Amino acid sequence: MDTDHNPDSILVKANGVGKQVNGPGGNLTILQDVSLQLASGEVTAILGASGSGKSTLLGLLAGLDETSSGDIELFGTSLNSLNEDQRAALRAGKVGFVFQSFQLLPGMTALENVMLPLELAGVSHPAEGATEALRQVGLTDRLHHYPGQLSGGEQQRVAIARAFASGPKLLFADEPTGSLDQATGSRIIDLLFQMREQTGAALLLVTHDERLAARCDHRLQIENGQLESSA
Amino acid sequence: MNTFVLALRFLRRDWRSGELRLLVLALIIAVSAVTAVGFFTDRVEQAMILQANQVMAADLVLSSSRPVPESFEQQAEALGLRTAHTLSFPSVIMHRDETQLVEVKAVSRGYPLRGELRVRTQPSAEEQSVTEPPIPGNLWGEARLMAALGLQPGDQVSLGETNLALEQILSRDSALGNSFFRLGPEVLIALEDIPKTGLVTPASRVRYRLLVAGDQTQVEAFQRWTGSRLPRGVRLEHLSSARPELRNTLDRGSRFLSLAALVAVLVAGATVALSTRRFVERQSDTSAIMRCLGASQSLILRVLLLRLLLLGLLASLLGIAGGWLAQYILAGLLSDWFGGTLPPPTPWPVLVGLGTGLITLIGFTLPPALRLGAVPPLRVLRRDLGAPPASTWLLALCALGAMALLMRWQAGDATLAGWVLLGTLGTVSLLLLVAWALIHLLRPLRHRGGTLWRQGLSGLLRDPAMTALQLSGFGLGILAMLLLVIIRVDLLDAWQRTIPERAPNHFLINIQPEDAETMGEFFRQQQIEQAGIYPMLRARLTRINASPVSPDQYQDDRAQRLVEREFNLSWAVEPQKENHIVSGHWWDASNQESPLFSVETGIAETLGIKLGDKLSFDLAGVPIEAEVSNLRQVRWDSFQPNFFVIGTPALLRDHPTNYITSFYLPPGQEALLAQLVKQYPSVTIIDVSAIMQQIREIMQRGSLAVEYVFLFTLAAGLLMLYAGIQASREHRRQESVVLRTLGMQRKGLIQAAGIEFITLGMLAGTLASLCATVTGWFIATEVFGFAFQPNAWTAIIGILGSGIAIGLAGVLATWPLTVQPPLRMLQNR
Repeated sequence: MDTDHNPDSILVKANGVGKQVNGPGGNLTILQDVSLQLASGEVTAILGASGSGKSTLLGLLAGLDETSSGDIELFGTSLNSLNEDQRAALRAGKVGFVFQSFQLLPGMTALENVMLPLELAGVSHPAEGATEALRQVGLTDRLHHYPGQLSGGEQQRVAIARAFASGPKLLFADEPTGSLDQATGSRIIDLLFQMREQTGAALLLVTHDERLAARCDHRLQIENGQLESSA
Repeated sequence: MNTFVLALRFLRRDWRSGELRLLVLALIIAVSAVTAVGFFTDRVEQAMILQANQVMAADLVLSSSRPVPESFEQQAEALGLRTAHTLSFPSVIMHRDETQLVEVKAVSRGYPLRGELRVRTQPSAEEQSVTEPPIPGNLWGEARLMAALGLQPGDQVSLGETNLALEQILSRDSALGNSFFRLGPEVLIALEDIPKTGLVTPASRVRYRLLVAGDQTQVEAFQRWTGSRLPRGVRLEHLSSARPELRNTLDRGSRFLSLAALVAVLVAGATVALSTRRFVERQSDTSAIMRCLGASQSLILRVLLLRLLLLGLLASLLGIAGGWLAQYILAGLLSDWFGGTLPPPTPWPVLVGLGTGLITLIGFTLPPALRLGAVPPLRVLRRDLGAPPASTWLLALCALGAMALLMRWQAGDATLAGWVLLGTLGTVSLLLLVAWALIHLLRPLRHRGGTLWRQGLSGLLRDPAMTALQLSGFGLGILAMLLLVIIRVDLLDAWQRTIPERAPNHFLINIQPEDAETMGEFFRQQQIEQAGIYPMLRARLTRINASPVSPDQYQDDRAQRLVEREFNLSWAVEPQKENHIVSGHWWDASNQESPLFSVETGIAETLGIKLGDKLSFDLAGVPIEAEVSNLRQVRWDSFQPNFFVIGTPALLRDHPTNYITSFYLPPGQEALLAQLVKQYPSVTIIDVSAIMQQIREIMQRGSLAVEYVFLFTLAAGLLMLYAGIQASREHRRQESVVLRTLGMQRKGLIQAAGIEFITLGMLAGTLASLCATVTGWFIATEVFGFAFQPNAWTAIIGILGSGIAIGLAGVLATWPLTVQPPLRMLQNR
């Protein structure tokens, strides 16, 4: 993986990261000695089979969980030194997420779902920003629909609008097309890349889809909890 | 960021999504139940304060069953105070051949010293305020007297031996203190007319009052002066002591209603806890996503708590409004007893409602709600990660704490609150235990019968803890209702059956000795069966052995009252038929000329009188003393004249006395009463059947009111059923999808739900019937003292009614799951 970046432009940096959990059969190693970095504006794919540890790595890089060993720096701050609330504060307004299962809040309309990160970031007129984000994903006529009233593709577009609404520097995407048919999945990926390009955010994408990985600047292969290769 | 704004936005979304509607509804029911009772008792309290202010028609009243010594009036006048006299007693007014029991109040000039009199000249005429009472020869009566006797102003009526003209309709005597539970309408006459009526003799039951009013410092000076000079039997009444016995009764009544309302709070609290649990589960995703997007744990908790608090406030306000409306029905059921209209309440119940809402909310939601902060953000990637469930013990402890706080508040007494809490805990534990056993009895039945039966029963066995909780909730509501039905119908009927068919229904008191001799002949002529005629003397107990008797020696209220007032003594050669000597011996020819007493066992126990004790009485100033030679058991419900203390003829026959008797008047022979009053004008007739009817009505109306309060419990129970269904909704939805995909028709799903909920209802009904029957038996044997005949109909109605009601509610609640196509439900998951 590219390491020639200006240190100031590095958004995420992992150094010898490992993750172990207690399972019924004793300690289970999920990740082992993973080192990587991601600079502003870069698009990196982490490829791997089911159970290879790629989602765990994404969670650790985003500060959603704690490492068992090694260190991760997010926006230049070591996550090891932060508690969960401090990690959350570090993410606020600067990190966007797109998940396989969309993770929209069922009790909220599309607009309200997109407003949420803006509200948390303390943006003064969250509805305006959210409406604009939904316009960009082509859902102007679905603002007041609830997730249950939207198709899978539409739900993922709402999730993309939510991810970009607060103008994040960094976007994490976990199998964004995993719950969609091929045609819809392609359209969603097009939209995701198009939005990323417009905003210039860095994107770390976890997928098992080779074609999707091929569109990224860098590819990292993960197998049995270890990074095998990079491109 | 602004937590309040965010909380408000979330709240709007919560409301729209319906997530917290159950919680709000449960709180509304809880607060409505408590405030309905609160508003009502507050209004009664207001009425009492209003009445207490005017009830005395004076600043101070000296009251006694004998004339108040003149020295008191002289002292009051010497201090520059105004005085007036009243004399009241029950009697009978006669017009043509009709009679009516009335409360006679004879008053002197100048009455009332405080408050006012209002009269009308005609029923439809305008009310007028007057400053002077009726002049001699005239009588003022309340409208209901006119209605009862068909009187018109100007008509002549008989009172005792004199005739009086009904001059005015008395619409308001501010000193109508006895409007609570009064036996008859009041009539006001001039004190000067009393001798002409011939109704008041030294042995009559009358209450003399000296009214005093004036400048506050002089009133206080007078009060100080009376302090040590007050003779026994003379009571000083001032504002704060007005009608203490009524205040106690109402205090107890309102506490009971308040505690009954707390049962609804308990059941509603369970619903609040259930819906919070579900809410927290559903909010876990929101919480995880918010944490992903940068929200801190404290922000999530603050937003959540603020939402709950705002909801609690909103629900409490709605509950208070509900309680305000509901109290009108309660007032409608009971207001007759409080003189018709009640004044508006104070704002206090509003605070009680808000307090109840918030305490219930905090007690039942806090432990599960606080777990929401512990949802890890990683849940967005791993759905299996959620908030660890709140400890059951912590949950129970918090709920118990809230209930204890509410009970302490409502009972106003820590000991009572402690007992009620223990009782509630015991009942709930017992219900849970029996519910658990019943559910386990169902298990083997599951494998019998067809698919629908199996499907229905598996609904109950899916989550036995939840089913047990629901069973207990309903059980509690139905138990409360059944118990009241048992008391109102079964026990009252059974009690009435214990009274002999031709038991005396009228008592005659104040029979003069010369009338006593001819009265037997009168009844024989009229072919009326009459109980014996008994001498009756009034005396005050002064000593037991050597020690003087005073109320302070006794803790028991009843003992204090007995010592304070005068006893009815009698003398007899033979014991009465229903009296049974339990220790010692009745006197015979050998010792009936000795001074001896026979004492009723109940009063002996209350006052600590034993066989062989020497009792001293003050009989109109004459001391008498005798030894207790036997203790008697008396059946008071025989409706025969009976006495606490009977002396030997030698001891009492030479003292001034009047007589008492009772008789059975067959229906339709009421004209005889008029004849009786005409022939014996000094006699007072007491219609016991009317009193019994009144007692019956008080018990029926009282239990109706409590049943009404328990309706809130039932509503809370139904809501809990719905909350339970909601909690298992995901499961039901999955089952419904699979069953319908496999070809089960909607009708089948509804039938299975019907089987599930009808069984649940019938189990709850069985549980409640069992507990109600056991409690009914306990009350019958221990409180009323007769054998209890369980009424099968109460149990049948309890079981079937609850089966139908809960079955219907359950089917209606599951209906939405059966009407959606399976595919849409799959998509919505």
